[in-house]
Amino acid sequence: MIRLASLLLILIGLYGIFSSRNVIKILIGVNVMELGVNIFIISVGFFKGGIAPILTADSFSSAMKFVDPLAQAMVLTSIVIGLGITALGLVFARKIHAQYDTYDLGAIGGGKDD
Amino acid sequence: MKKVFTAALVILFGVVLLFGLSKSIDIAGYGDGLIPGKAADAYINKNVTSGTGEIIFGETKNAETGSANMVTSVIANYRSFDTLGEVTVLFLAAVGVSLIMGKNSKEGKMKKSGFILRTSAGIIFPVMLITGIYIFTHGHLTPGGGFPGGSMIASSFLLLYLADENFKLKITGFKVAEGLAGTLYVMVGAVGLIIGGYFLINFLPTGVVGDLFSAGIIPVIYVLIGLKVGSEITGIVRDMHKEEVSV
Repeated sequence: MIRLASLLLILIGLYGIFSSRNVIKILIGVNVMELGVNIFIISVGFFKGGIAPILTADSFSSAMKFVDPLAQAMVLTSIVIGLGITALGLVFARKIHAQYDTYDLGAIGGGKDD
Repeated sequence: MKKVFTAALVILFGVVLLFGLSKSIDIAGYGDGLIPGKAADAYINKNVTSGTGEIIFGETKNAETGSANMVTSVIANYRSFDTLGEVTVLFLAAVGVSLIMGKNSKEGKMKKSGFILRTSAGIIFPVMLITGIYIFTHGHLTPGGGFPGGSMIASSFLLLYLADENFKLKITGFKVAEGLAGTLYVMVGAVGLIIGGYFLINFLPTGVVGDLFSAGIIPVIYVLIGLKVGSEITGIVRDMHKEEVSV
């Protein structure tokens, strides 16, 4: 069920990117989509009763049932890249607003051909 | 009309995604990601190059990576080259932010912050800083690591910016720390290339799994990543804050 929910999040983010010309809304769409992808990857690596992939005094042996650490490592990478995209995108949005006094990409001459 | 068309397109994409994925994975299920037979099996048992048997916390000596946190062993040892690329992407983002925001931006007045925020910031700031440093020095033992630790350090500086409207950070030290950490990361990899024959290979003894001084180059790399990420995100915060206050 959670995989379907994450797919729904991806589609909502995609709709946000496609349907809006507002830079801030596009960035929110990108972030929602990224969240959906992250949840999906984590859900692929999880199984019922699995423990966090860290050896501690309680979960002491590598023969115990750990969830997939590879999926979590991928998501960590994805989160960091997402942070970089969001920061750079917000700065672009701020610059667009400073120059054209609007966040609307349609109003600054982009996408005139439709 | 346009929104309906967009929605139809997105739903079409969703259907394609659903059917494409349902060939290889139970899309409605949850909790079936069992490890055996996957690549992660070798990462958990630390036997990518040679079988070492069962890894016991606090007992196993000289395991392949020696990191108790398996996600860390993937990030900072097995796939460390990916992480170098990841750090580079973050660096490029920080450079982009400071290129666009840095010069010729007006500095304006910020609203005076409240009494509670101003007073408590001085108490919370050192605690946040120390917690951030703790997180990235214990990345091979506990959840966390260089990226969350660095973010926490950056957020402690963000708190100082929010608390004091006249706060100015001397950025030179952060620039030096960032450049130095990035260079040292590549140097550690180059030393591995000289000693072990592969870039970023582990060339230090890995010690007992679960000790603070264990896991070879993982703590070294994670401290460097923590410093780099912390100074980079602090730079982003500073550049954005400088622009944001101009009313």
